[in-house]
Amino acid sequence: MGRKKGETRINSKEEYVGISEILEQKGISRRDFMKFCTAMSAALSLPATFAPQIARALDEVKRPTLVWLEFQDCAGNTEALLRSANPTVAELVLDVLSVDYHETIMAAAGHQAEDILAKVVKEQKGKYIAVVEGSIPLKDGGVYCCIGGRSALDIAREVCGNAFATIAVGSCAAFGGIPAAAPNPTGAVGVKDAVPAATVLNLPGCPLNADNLTATVVHYLTFNKLPAVDSLGRPLFAYGKRIHDACERRPHFDAGQYVEAWGDAGHRNGFCLYKMGCKGPATWHNCPIQRYNENTSWPVGAGHGCVGCSEPVFWDSMTPFYKRLPHVPGFGIEYTADKLGAGLFVGAAAAFFAHGVVKAFRHEIEPSEQERKEGEK
Amino acid sequence: MAKLVIDPITRIEGHLRIEAELSNGKVADAWCSSTMFRGIEKILKGRDPRDAWVFTQRFCGVCTTVHAIASIRTVENALGIRAPANAELIRNIVIGIQNVQDHVIHFYHLHALDWVDITSGLKADPAKTAALAASISDWPLNSPTYFKSVQDKLKAFVGRGRLGPFANAYWGHPAYRLPPEANLMATAHYLEALEWQKDVIKIHAILGSKNPHPQTFLVGGMAIALDPNSQSALNDAKIAEIRSLLAKTREFVEKVYIPDLLAVASFYKEWAGIGAGVGNYLSYGEFPRDNSGKREKLWLPQGIIIGKDLTKVHPVDHKKISEYVDHSWYDYSAGQGKGLHPWDGETEQNYSGPKPPYEFLDTSRKYSWVKSPRYEDTPMEVGPLARMLVAYASGHIPVKKAVDGVLAKLNVGPDALFSTLGRTAARGVETLVIAEELPQWLDQLVSNIAGGDLSIHNGEKWDPDHWPAEASGYGFHEAPRGALGHWIRIRNQKILNYQAVVPSTWNASPRDARGVRGPYEEALVGTPLADPQKPLEILRTVHSFDPCLACAVHLVDLQHNELVRINVT
Repeated sequence: MGRKKGETRINSKEEYVGISEILEQKGISRRDFMKFCTAMSAALSLPATFAPQIARALDEVKRPTLVWLEFQDCAGNTEALLRSANPTVAELVLDVLSVDYHETIMAAAGHQAEDILAKVVKEQKGKYIAVVEGSIPLKDGGVYCCIGGRSALDIAREVCGNAFATIAVGSCAAFGGIPAAAPNPTGAVGVKDAVPAATVLNLPGCPLNADNLTATVVHYLTFNKLPAVDSLGRPLFAYGKRIHDACERRPHFDAGQYVEAWGDAGHRNGFCLYKMGCKGPATWHNCPIQRYNENTSWPVGAGHGCVGCSEPVFWDSMTPFYKRLPHVPGFGIEYTADKLGAGLFVGAAAAFFAHGVVKAFRHEIEPSEQERKEGEK
Repeated sequence: MAKLVIDPITRIEGHLRIEAELSNGKVADAWCSSTMFRGIEKILKGRDPRDAWVFTQRFCGVCTTVHAIASIRTVENALGIRAPANAELIRNIVIGIQNVQDHVIHFYHLHALDWVDITSGLKADPAKTAALAASISDWPLNSPTYFKSVQDKLKAFVGRGRLGPFANAYWGHPAYRLPPEANLMATAHYLEALEWQKDVIKIHAILGSKNPHPQTFLVGGMAIALDPNSQSALNDAKIAEIRSLLAKTREFVEKVYIPDLLAVASFYKEWAGIGAGVGNYLSYGEFPRDNSGKREKLWLPQGIIIGKDLTKVHPVDHKKISEYVDHSWYDYSAGQGKGLHPWDGETEQNYSGPKPPYEFLDTSRKYSWVKSPRYEDTPMEVGPLARMLVAYASGHIPVKKAVDGVLAKLNVGPDALFSTLGRTAARGVETLVIAEELPQWLDQLVSNIAGGDLSIHNGEKWDPDHWPAEASGYGFHEAPRGALGHWIRIRNQKILNYQAVVPSTWNASPRDARGVRGPYEEALVGTPLADPQKPLEILRTVHSFDPCLACAVHLVDLQHNELVRINVT
């Protein structure tokens, strides 16, 4: 944006404060900042040569407003944000963005808090980013989630409907998540189903990996648009590969080496968890590569199977969690024996891969318009 | 009488609303409402009991281990499974670090802004701030230059005109008492704690893959393999990393959190006389010292204190717990007015509140999604204060030493514990004693491994074919926010029903059949308000309980005994 070095950038109205400048105030060097930009290139599956472009974009960007709404949530995604991978990144996100509304961390309460939200929607219409955590209950006039006396649906329509874009963090906001698990007592849905008119990007996971949120925000700031997504609205950079295909235990699967009992020699030696119910073969997520808590570990790495938490309706399609998936392609030497035992689960398997079926399933468990009206009587 | 509404109560987990009547500048009456409902227990019906922990863990992402722990204990209790000693030790470490990390986050990020005026720190003298910090602790991150740099960051933040999450707060409120230097010091530590919490909780990632929502629990044990020489198991290198994180944990608690807590508390001593609440305290006890399942083997003892009487600790009998729905949006088939034990409980949600958008709830009728649990028809406060009082009255040596130390430093008697300040101080005391105890559990685990014991799971009853046709059980856990109980009934290898009575259900409960207030409500009565438009004082007392509302609302349904399960096929 053609700014000269050394120009005064602190201005309360037009905020062209560069990130690197903010970081300098925080004692973070330019070198660390570039390291972050390189890491972001990798997280976004971009070549390292993109790092300077990311750095330039972050330096020039205006500090956009972000509001974070919590509906039928457990605050797990908020907690994930607080653990984001690089300590400087958490502050970067808090500083580079103006996080004006977030119930779990904000100092204001009651109507002073709601006033802030109203002000953002009014004054920054079409410019702010909304983040939604938690599902939205549609049943019985939305009485199952109210904030400040308003229903979650009412708030979502206004706030997401007027945002530049909405990022649905975690599987509840993306797909309805656990409240939408059968029998979906509250008619819970994800943001896109609740507010079809909104521009929604889904970052599922239970909770999401905060690195993927950071990378999405950086992508937006760098390219001024949202990243490319799959048919479920999930960015390809984070949900483009099956867990099974990037798993560190994959060689053991191919060699037919399995954990047979918790704590056995196979378990101690990192054998494949497929037989213990791992849903990695049916789950698209970058957990094995990005890992969690500053790349410390991830579920399969730490000895427990994947539960498929980034897939729609996983609470219904991936359970029982300790039952193995049937007919996994490329199955090892015990294929025949396992095929015999897998007959019971053939039906469920179809749902893992056919999202159309999953979608139909969802409609089945949601109350029809007529049922809803009857419920209100 | 003027009625005041605070909705949302922020800096908590979940959706909480307080309505209060004021009289002569004080809260005359208060009603506490939870405004969100998911019905996870209803969702659990008909599922594999071994899966339950994954579901119940999602009650809450803040206290992200607690419902997993309670759930596996419950299923183990129902099926008569005893987890190996190593699994119990790992659970103790997981529970312990959860407690410590959660309490520190609560103090700095959820509660501190009720006592600390961040904007006042702009006026502080960095040199005097450094002197103040040095007078209370030898924490190395302390110098005039350091506090100047924090203040400069703060100035830049404010100078840019947009306060982000700090906007529209009650800054400058007359109830803020700290001098600018103490405010600046606390603000610096708010930022340091943000870094610290994310580092120390890596213990959960090492032992259990990730945090929040570690994925490592198993009915019968844990899913982390033990092997000192394997790259794919809990090995010597990972144990060394845990040890160093535990040292870092303890150092911050001893040198930052506790000194800050005492410094802040010394300016707010009148809050030792405000916010007492119901005066009854319940603790289920925690940290088994072996895998016998015996309550007398718990490191923090189980017990009940009635009417603030510390001379007697009453025993706990889970059969004396019952839940009322007279002021909650549920129906009982036999009508209102009676409490039901969780095993025999029944709940059908039936919202009868105002249609949103609304201005006020009808608090004379039903007004919350939280039920009213009572112990022998008596409301109970649960949480760190309850645990510390039960331990103190039971003569628990480390707790007694730590409590007496804090009371002496603040120059107050044990009566001061029954208050808003007491609740906040007890949380600090507990953090300290757990942080000091944590390395012992790791030492025991190391010694077991060194002796060749690598067992981590009891698989005798892993296969549901080895279960009885019917079973029922319960599991207790002391979560950061207090006494947590899960109850289960299993039939034909499936969950027949599931019930959780969680800390915030006890504390945030509405009135019961007799109209007796819940602990938050009772604690708020008498709270002075300097400015009803800015009810900072209400936040102080409510936050002192560390509310966690997503946990508190749940549902079990016994009216429909058939196993509801929709097959994907």
